[in-house]
Amino acid sequence: MLPLSLALALVLVLSLVCGAGLGAAGVGWTETARFLWAGLSGGTVHAADAASYTIVWEIRLPRVLLGAVVGAGLAAVGVAVQAMVRNALADPFVLGISSGAAVGANAVILLGAFAGLGVWALSVSAFASALVAMALVYAVARSPRGLTPLRLILTGTALAYGFEAVTTVMVFGAARGEAARSALMWLLGSLGGATWAQVPLAAVTVAAGWAWLRWRAEPLNALAMGDETSAALGVRPGRLRRELFLVTAAVTGTVVAVSGAIGFVGLMVPHVVRMLVGADHRRVLAVAPLAGAVLLVWADVLSRLLLAPAELPVGVITAVLGVPAFLLLMRRGGYAFGGR
Amino acid sequence: MRVDIDDVTVEIAGTRLVDEVRLSACEGKFVGLVGPNGSGKSTLLRTVYRALRPAAGAVRLDGADLHAMDARAAARVLAALPQESSAEFDFTVAEVVAMGRLPHTGRTAVSDRRICAEAMARTEVGHLAGRGFLGLSGGEKQRVLIARALAQQPRVLVLDEPTNHLDIAHQLDVLSLVRDSGLTVLAALHDLNLAAAHCDVLYVIDGGRIVASGPPHDVLQPALLARVFGVRAHPVRHPETGALQLLFDLLP
Repeated sequence: MLPLSLALALVLVLSLVCGAGLGAAGVGWTETARFLWAGLSGGTVHAADAASYTIVWEIRLPRVLLGAVVGAGLAAVGVAVQAMVRNALADPFVLGISSGAAVGANAVILLGAFAGLGVWALSVSAFASALVAMALVYAVARSPRGLTPLRLILTGTALAYGFEAVTTVMVFGAARGEAARSALMWLLGSLGGATWAQVPLAAVTVAAGWAWLRWRAEPLNALAMGDETSAALGVRPGRLRRELFLVTAAVTGTVVAVSGAIGFVGLMVPHVVRMLVGADHRRVLAVAPLAGAVLLVWADVLSRLLLAPAELPVGVITAVLGVPAFLLLMRRGGYAFGGR
Repeated sequence: MRVDIDDVTVEIAGTRLVDEVRLSACEGKFVGLVGPNGSGKSTLLRTVYRALRPAAGAVRLDGADLHAMDARAAARVLAALPQESSAEFDFTVAEVVAMGRLPHTGRTAVSDRRICAEAMARTEVGHLAGRGFLGLSGGEKQRVLIARALAQQPRVLVLDEPTNHLDIAHQLDVLSLVRDSGLTVLAALHDLNLAAAHCDVLYVIDGGRIVASGPPHDVLQPALLARVFGVRAHPVRHPETGALQLLFDLLP
């Protein structure tokens, strides 16, 4: 598995450089490389290059890095949630956390809430409402038998409908056309608002979440086989599922706060990776986040280029890229969903 | 290792499903648990492999309270084949067996591989190692799960109706595999003749209480079977081996 992970890590680094070099404003490859080096080494650039440098270093690079972080986070959480609720159809949004975050984000976009927080209003509000959604889902899904898979899915789905209704009312009530467009962009997911300030916190959260999941990969295997089996193997399913809920909710909340609800990555990347390396979470979790990062970096590049200078929601691109690739892999056979 | 179930009571949502059950399994013995549907067999076994906690009483392994032990430490001495079979992710046979190593500490990849290979050889599933678990037949699956339990290197094995959905050859095969493991075995069984043929001691459970126990043919008396299972039983001798077999009719 190590060779595949290393190869993907290399592809990711190359993708990051390409992502910084490609965009609506044409900046040459040598210049891009020079700017990146100047930025990394603390060097200087000519005053005449200031505008291009700003595009590469201040606008594209944080966006590309954030894309990689978000892609990795969504893929890792997707793997974990599918094992946690033991359902191949689950994704990071099935627990209703992203729909909750959308309420907070749209309150900022459409109603101008938390204006006092300035540029941080959107992320803070989205994360805060993700936390509220998480607490709500947890409180409702809890039962004397702990968090059971079906209760988690049903609660998350039901509450997601509620949150979406609130968002829809806000979008319909919004008078300004441009704000409604921003709201839609956020609902479909976009990395357009990326700034350097968002990168460190998101990167640390995703990296910590990924490391924790990788560390718990073997208990996740047991949990995927069933609660009784895990109990017999010395894993306490109730406790593990509580921990998983906290970790996946924190990562999802963070990712959604900076990028909106980017679909497809968290659902399909885990399956594609399982087709390639099998179901063992030790391998799936070594590969899936890297694959998700690469996919999202390129999806974001395409979303910027296809209709340049206008932008498509990145969720549209992940679907356009991912669906054919996924269908092709599935038709190749050998992959059993639920034993069929 | 000796297993003692000391006056265990299990309640779920306020309903008492197991009521002050007392049961002992001596080192290396095969102890069978029989009873009609809903009698509390599975609930009792789930308590033994720690999926449930008793409301009162204790499960003791060589005297030590199982539910006071660390979860992984308990799984190092007691393995189980639960009835559930979740089928969402297609692990390979080798991966399923490797899960048996999970509770162990101080493992190395080399020793894990060796122990898993030995376990698979004992249940003759080595040739299936690369196959997907979900694509196996019922008999193969059960052999793989026994290999996983053996890879756990336990001293006690708990089985919840291990012969369910298996054809007769595989039923006999699974029970003799379990017997030959030399472990202390506690198994819930549906087929009374199979239970009588394989178990050293039988416990009959009805309505959450143990109503009889002892050597199989002392326990499986027509009067008891009529009372507990609601059937009329006729003991007959096997024409060749002379072993006792039970034939059943509905009560008149």
